[in-house]
Amino acid sequence: MIPAAFAYVRPSTVEEALQAIAAGGEDVKILAGGQSLIPVMRLRLAAPETIVDLTKVSELRGVREDGDSLVIGAMTTHHDICTDPLIAQYGKLIAEATETVADPAVRHRGTFGGALAHADPAGDLPAVALALDAEFVIAGAGGARRTVGAADFFVDYLTTAIEDGELLVEIRVPKLGSDWGVRYEKFNRVAQAWSIVAVAAAVRREGSRITEARIGLTNMGSTPIRARAVEAALVGADVSMETVTGAAAQAAEGTEPSSDLNAQADYRQHLARVLTRRAVTAAAGL
Amino acid sequence: MTVTEDPSTATAGAPAKEVGSARLRKEDARLITGKTTWTDNMVLPGMVYMSVLRSPVAHATITHLDVSAAKDRPNVVAVYTGADFKDEQGSIPCAWPVTPDMVNPGHPSIAVDTVNHVGEAVAIVVARSRTAAVDAVEAIDVDYENIPVVLDMEEATKDGAPLVHAHTESNTSYHFVFDAGEAGTGGDTDAAFDAADVVVSRRFVQQRLIPAFMEPRSVVVGVSGDNYTLWSATQIPHILRVMAALTTGIPEHKLRVIAPDVGGGFGGKLQVNPEEILALLIARRLGKPVKWTETRSESLMTAHHGRDQIQYIDVAADREGNVKGLRVRLLADMGAYLRLITPGVPALGAFMFPGIYKFPAYRFECDGVFTNKVPTDAYRGAGRPEATFAIERIMDELAVELSMDPMELRRKNWINAEEFPFTTVAGLSYDSGDNEQATQAALELLGYDELRAEQKQRRESGDPVQLGIGISTFTEMCGLAPSRVLGSLAFGAGGWEQASIRMLPTGKVEVVTGSTPHGQGHETAWSQIVADQLGVPFDDVEVLHGDTAISSRGLDTYGSRSLVVGGTAVVKASEKVVAKARTIAAHLLEASEDDLEFSGGKFSVKGTPGAGLGIQEIALAIFAAHDYPEGIEPSIDAEAAFDPTNFSFPHGTHLCAMEVDTDTGFVKIRKYACVDDIGNIVNPIIVEGQMHGGLAQGISQALYEEAIYDADGNLTTGTFVDYLLPSAMDLPHFDTGNTTHAAPDNPLGAKGVGEAGCIASTPAVVNAALDAVRHLGVSDIRMPLTPERVWRAIHQGGDGGDRVAEGSNAYGGARTTESGYEEAK
Repeated sequence: MIPAAFAYVRPSTVEEALQAIAAGGEDVKILAGGQSLIPVMRLRLAAPETIVDLTKVSELRGVREDGDSLVIGAMTTHHDICTDPLIAQYGKLIAEATETVADPAVRHRGTFGGALAHADPAGDLPAVALALDAEFVIAGAGGARRTVGAADFFVDYLTTAIEDGELLVEIRVPKLGSDWGVRYEKFNRVAQAWSIVAVAAAVRREGSRITEARIGLTNMGSTPIRARAVEAALVGADVSMETVTGAAAQAAEGTEPSSDLNAQADYRQHLARVLTRRAVTAAAGL
Repeated sequence: MTVTEDPSTATAGAPAKEVGSARLRKEDARLITGKTTWTDNMVLPGMVYMSVLRSPVAHATITHLDVSAAKDRPNVVAVYTGADFKDEQGSIPCAWPVTPDMVNPGHPSIAVDTVNHVGEAVAIVVARSRTAAVDAVEAIDVDYENIPVVLDMEEATKDGAPLVHAHTESNTSYHFVFDAGEAGTGGDTDAAFDAADVVVSRRFVQQRLIPAFMEPRSVVVGVSGDNYTLWSATQIPHILRVMAALTTGIPEHKLRVIAPDVGGGFGGKLQVNPEEILALLIARRLGKPVKWTETRSESLMTAHHGRDQIQYIDVAADREGNVKGLRVRLLADMGAYLRLITPGVPALGAFMFPGIYKFPAYRFECDGVFTNKVPTDAYRGAGRPEATFAIERIMDELAVELSMDPMELRRKNWINAEEFPFTTVAGLSYDSGDNEQATQAALELLGYDELRAEQKQRRESGDPVQLGIGISTFTEMCGLAPSRVLGSLAFGAGGWEQASIRMLPTGKVEVVTGSTPHGQGHETAWSQIVADQLGVPFDDVEVLHGDTAISSRGLDTYGSRSLVVGGTAVVKASEKVVAKARTIAAHLLEASEDDLEFSGGKFSVKGTPGAGLGIQEIALAIFAAHDYPEGIEPSIDAEAAFDPTNFSFPHGTHLCAMEVDTDTGFVKIRKYACVDDIGNIVNPIIVEGQMHGGLAQGISQALYEEAIYDADGNLTTGTFVDYLLPSAMDLPHFDTGNTTHAAPDNPLGAKGVGEAGCIASTPAVVNAALDAVRHLGVSDIRMPLTPERVWRAIHQGGDGGDRVAEGSNAYGGARTTESGYEEAK
């Protein structure tokens, strides 16, 4: 299929990008890796007036340390993430989830920031970002920057806190040290498919006790969801199959997942419980 | 299979035999890199581009259609509607009227006043660029008045059901019956059932599938005066030429059809497509070259689909497990129209339901049913996978009913090696084989005993991951086909194939084949055959195909026929070349023809070492033609047509070991082993590739693929996000092997391999999953075995149910139960 005609701008700095967005007219779309945007344009489900292509904005690409945080440029590709040494050391949950994204071709073009800004609840990275309480650094007109926490960033289906005229520039996530165990448990029918349900789990242990737990759910609602009840049940508990299974049984509490060809809602809720048990079991080193 | 060259076939001094050697495919470099003549790569001077406005509704009257705004769009050349072509478009041809009273409602290429499925052409923009055409389509204004939609075959065949075609009396196109008692090939079926100890009845659903070939359909029409050249990504350039000529009125000799390199078909390009006819009509109207290439979305929505049957099957047996009778009733979804062989696909399957078993009685009935969906037609296996699935599934069900081992039940009833050739209850003469030998080899490849032990252990320990083993001992009819047999089945053409061989002055060889490849590797295999037949180097052979001006006679590629029929024609043509060359060699060597022997490409005089003449030298000599015998033509070129006397019957045993995660319903193939008897093998690499691809598609029917229409008749699986295909990541390693019983009815001894993997694998996979969870009360799970269906079947009973909300599935919610099936509520 062929997209409808559009204007195309390819800036090389964030400043130029913001100007291009401001000047782009009523319906501006930002092109990061294009792995979601291009298909919907080709199907003519989207027909933006202007495309602002960020692929030449080199300052948006790469991973760096800042104290206790990792700072990931919005245009860092999935492949970059999977091969980055800082991510390998402090961001294992991100790496594990990113390795499950689609296929190698998509991972070479698709970007970390693009996937988060697209905010598809079936995407793998929003639930990870939510579980990690990531902070989203957003640049606005004139270059002013604001930071939004993950809990406020994901507003609704395909909708984030990024306003018109703004640009996601980087994502800050806490470094997880060696006392953390992580697992991204993804359930889909074929390797390249979206998650039917997935669970991102990060668990910090002191001895036999769980001291912190962060559980994010993929595709269990219109946004990524924290399994707060599971987290609460895990913290302070002794690590055992019984405690993990008991906690995981609460994984679907409060969720309202959709029904589609792959799964009806009740089955998704069942999967959330099973996958949470498996994810936490693995993350806790059981 | 071990892919090695067998040195024992090479005799000292002679070149190694090409047939049987694992030659890399000579055509692959250009096919894989795409640097070749894919139809969409074609650009002709002044070419214009078609884009099609397609109906968004399944069943409606077109009440308003205004194309004036589209005509005013930039670079638009013309905009057409059905009204423009209603008097000249004729009907898309249906070549297989399976019964004399079959109802064919006619199939316009573009809708005139009503639309009968989503995706049907309503208007066409022709523009100077593809983008201009696509943009202008959006400016067309059209209103529809909906008519009740017919989707569910069981509902559509009831009295008083809404009609797809108002001018027909019912939604049933035909009622086809094969009764072995009446045909004299078996006993009375009702009597067999009345006398049986045990009867097992099931309702199986063959879901609708999409062929999903890699290269989209594409058409280019060139115009030169009143001559037309049609390039198309088609499997059937020869049949298309005849049919397009008859449909459009362009005289056949004024129409040349070229299938350049074609990227896959799987039966999906065994068609005369509406867009091919429309491109011809528009090129004729405008006097300009025209191109149309579909988008993937158009392909999924409007290229013909496959399968889509509801199968009611009953098997009768005695308590000892001897089968006594088989009864099959089919509802076969035709879709909205009859395309080239739409009605024939299920009828072809009629002869394969008895499988490899010695049924004494058999009755088959099939209703072809119209629905408001895109037409169905050939898809890899075409009728035979459906039959194989049903018989291999019901044999497992019978084994359960009798508390017998499913392999023992099969062994008790299958045709034994010494009984070949065997005439079946369906009247076919199975040519050769040994079911026991193939089965033993497959059991060893799988490691059957160890896996059965593990299965037992997992059951006893209540492991959440259960293990099952599925069996499919299958056969199929290939090498389509003896022309007289096709005639007796009312098929519109014969089944012969043509080849010719041109000996060029430099000794190089051109082989012209009527069997047009679309990825099978004909160029390599035919070169191997000719290299052996003529004793020329493999690299000296070029294979020409797909152009009706070069290959004037042919019946194209489908039904695993190319090697068996087309390859044999190549052998026959080669034999004629050698015979003609022998006369000239005798003349030049001053010897009697009877004293010449031909070996390794060279004629030599018996008992006279040293004296000899190569066939490539003779090619030059007869080109010069300075010295050749009186009374013969100065040529050693030859052509041959071959019409087989029987089908060929590959058979084999496929075994699947399946892990089922009872917590999630996820199924994972643990191991897959198969041993196929496909007769003699020309190229083991090509055979291995065909097996792998066939297995992938057969497994994919079992686990992944399903074309779903919602309650309004919209295709909800309209992209590859929803119409799921597996990649190599999702498929297991395949342990493949062969037994070899040469086909007796062709000189190559080949049986055909294009469809075997696809036909055999599907029931093995489903049987494996059921074997894993049958002790949990599961007796059927509908294909594809989505995790949700498997999980529901385990935890809630039934067959896993629909994949969308109640009432919105094409099958209406009827479900399989232990006692047969219950109707939709």
